[in-house]
Amino acid sequence: MARLVVMGGGVSGHTAATFAKKWLGNEHEVVVVTPNSQWNWIPSNIWVGVGEMKKEDVVFPLAPVYEKAGIDYRQAKAVSLHPSGSEKNEKAFITIEYTGQGKEGQTEEVTYDYLINATGPKLNFGATPGLDQGYTVSVCTADHAVHANEELQKVFEKAKTQKQKILIGTGHGMCTCQGAAFEYIFNIEHEAKKAGIRDNLDIKWISNESFLGDFGMGGMHLNVGGYTASSKIFAESLYSERKLEWVIGAHVNKVEAGKAHYELLDGTAGAEEFDFAMLIPPFAGVGLKAFSKNGDDITADIFAPNGFMKVDANYNAGAYENWKASDWPRTLQNPTYQNIFAVGIAFAPPHPISKPMSSPNGTQIFPTPPRTGMPSAMMGKAVAHSIVDMIHGAPQPTHTACMSEMGAACVASAGKGFFTGTAAAMTVYPVVPDFEKYPGVGRDISMTTGEIGLAGHWIKHLLHFAFLWKAKLKPGWTLIPE
Amino acid sequence: MATKHMEHIQPYSPQAGTMIPTKFRKFLRTCVLWQFIRFIAINIKMTLLILKSHH
Repeated sequence: MARLVVMGGGVSGHTAATFAKKWLGNEHEVVVVTPNSQWNWIPSNIWVGVGEMKKEDVVFPLAPVYEKAGIDYRQAKAVSLHPSGSEKNEKAFITIEYTGQGKEGQTEEVTYDYLINATGPKLNFGATPGLDQGYTVSVCTADHAVHANEELQKVFEKAKTQKQKILIGTGHGMCTCQGAAFEYIFNIEHEAKKAGIRDNLDIKWISNESFLGDFGMGGMHLNVGGYTASSKIFAESLYSERKLEWVIGAHVNKVEAGKAHYELLDGTAGAEEFDFAMLIPPFAGVGLKAFSKNGDDITADIFAPNGFMKVDANYNAGAYENWKASDWPRTLQNPTYQNIFAVGIAFAPPHPISKPMSSPNGTQIFPTPPRTGMPSAMMGKAVAHSIVDMIHGAPQPTHTACMSEMGAACVASAGKGFFTGTAAAMTVYPVVPDFEKYPGVGRDISMTTGEIGLAGHWIKHLLHFAFLWKAKLKPGWTLIPE
Repeated sequence: MATKHMEHIQPYSPQAGTMIPTKFRKFLRTCVLWQFIRFIAINIKMTLLILKSHH
């Protein structure tokens, strides 16, 4: 009997664990280690953040689902990785520290034959002074979104009688996940209109993108009206139409009560006052340590300096001009330990997708690459498939999920409502541009599309129910694509 | 074409350099019949994308 341990129970980890268990059956063991007791459909958090959904609508308890699936669930956080075992333990193992199940604080060694790192990000609020002081809110978790809505409603209440300033965007020069902030700002604007207080709200966008519509993917080009046009044009159009001002190329370097200070790509400094601010923090690896058999720290061999796990990527690509689609990992297998894989946000990308930029002061200001949503689920499934095949005798991974060979469907809400809602429904192929295969804009323009409308909202709402259904392993869950 | 549906845009501001949707384009965004057609079309496109992405 082989044992697969999955660290993390988010989109990629849950996908990997559930498919692996389905394919492996009861002959082999699947263990999920996650500090959370609930699964969260994160894309709907923005609706919790504006009071259009409750927390209970976007989360469900993991324990009954894993029990039904026959998955060994440990509510714990992984602390360290011992890929060659230790002097006392011959087998490879991870140490975990329980956060629930009545064993809070207890530690344990969990041995594995195969390991998937799907730990997701550490929300690195500490990277920006003041971002962790409660002056701003976030929508990164369901609880954060609940709190964000509570604060938003206070501002909405005040806006009935006086002007209020809202600031939405990224809280550091190296953030990713601009899409969540994009959705949140448009949903706030939509809700403000519904509440009849829009005229009293000054809503502003601030982000580390060098142009609106970069989204950490270097933007994209869409076919419209006989032209192939940059997402910058469409994003600027939408922001202008909804009367949202923007500050771009900004590294928020300090937050204090009611004020965010920033440095721009041209080196100048500025500050924005706010009554309500939602600033996404930068992401980092969760801080796992790795040790050799004799106890030496080998963290730097397995993890990149930012804490994300090294996989089969080309980490020596160098300058932007040298980047190639082939730099991106295909099997997501660790090059040193062939029984370890990393998926979703947990794998170390070879480099950003957007062009790295710095201010004259040397401050790096550019979006880091997104690895969430559809691509992360596809990675989870592909790696599960490879591991199942390897357990059954395959000498190496049999499936790939490369971000320069896969597309992504992204539906960004711009307001909720069955007849009044809108969302930008976008498809992009591939996620990472391949300028050799697709000279010009780097992507297949027949598969890279975008439009805003009610249909997009219907799709986003449908996906909410479909993915919760799938994650709960209800009948037919395998038929719902990633 | 009439521009009554537009609000004033300050010349030379960043907003002045963008595309502005026509009244008809805005209408289509929430026109249930048109959006139902787009719903089908977008779903087909996304399905093709998913099929192309699995290896």
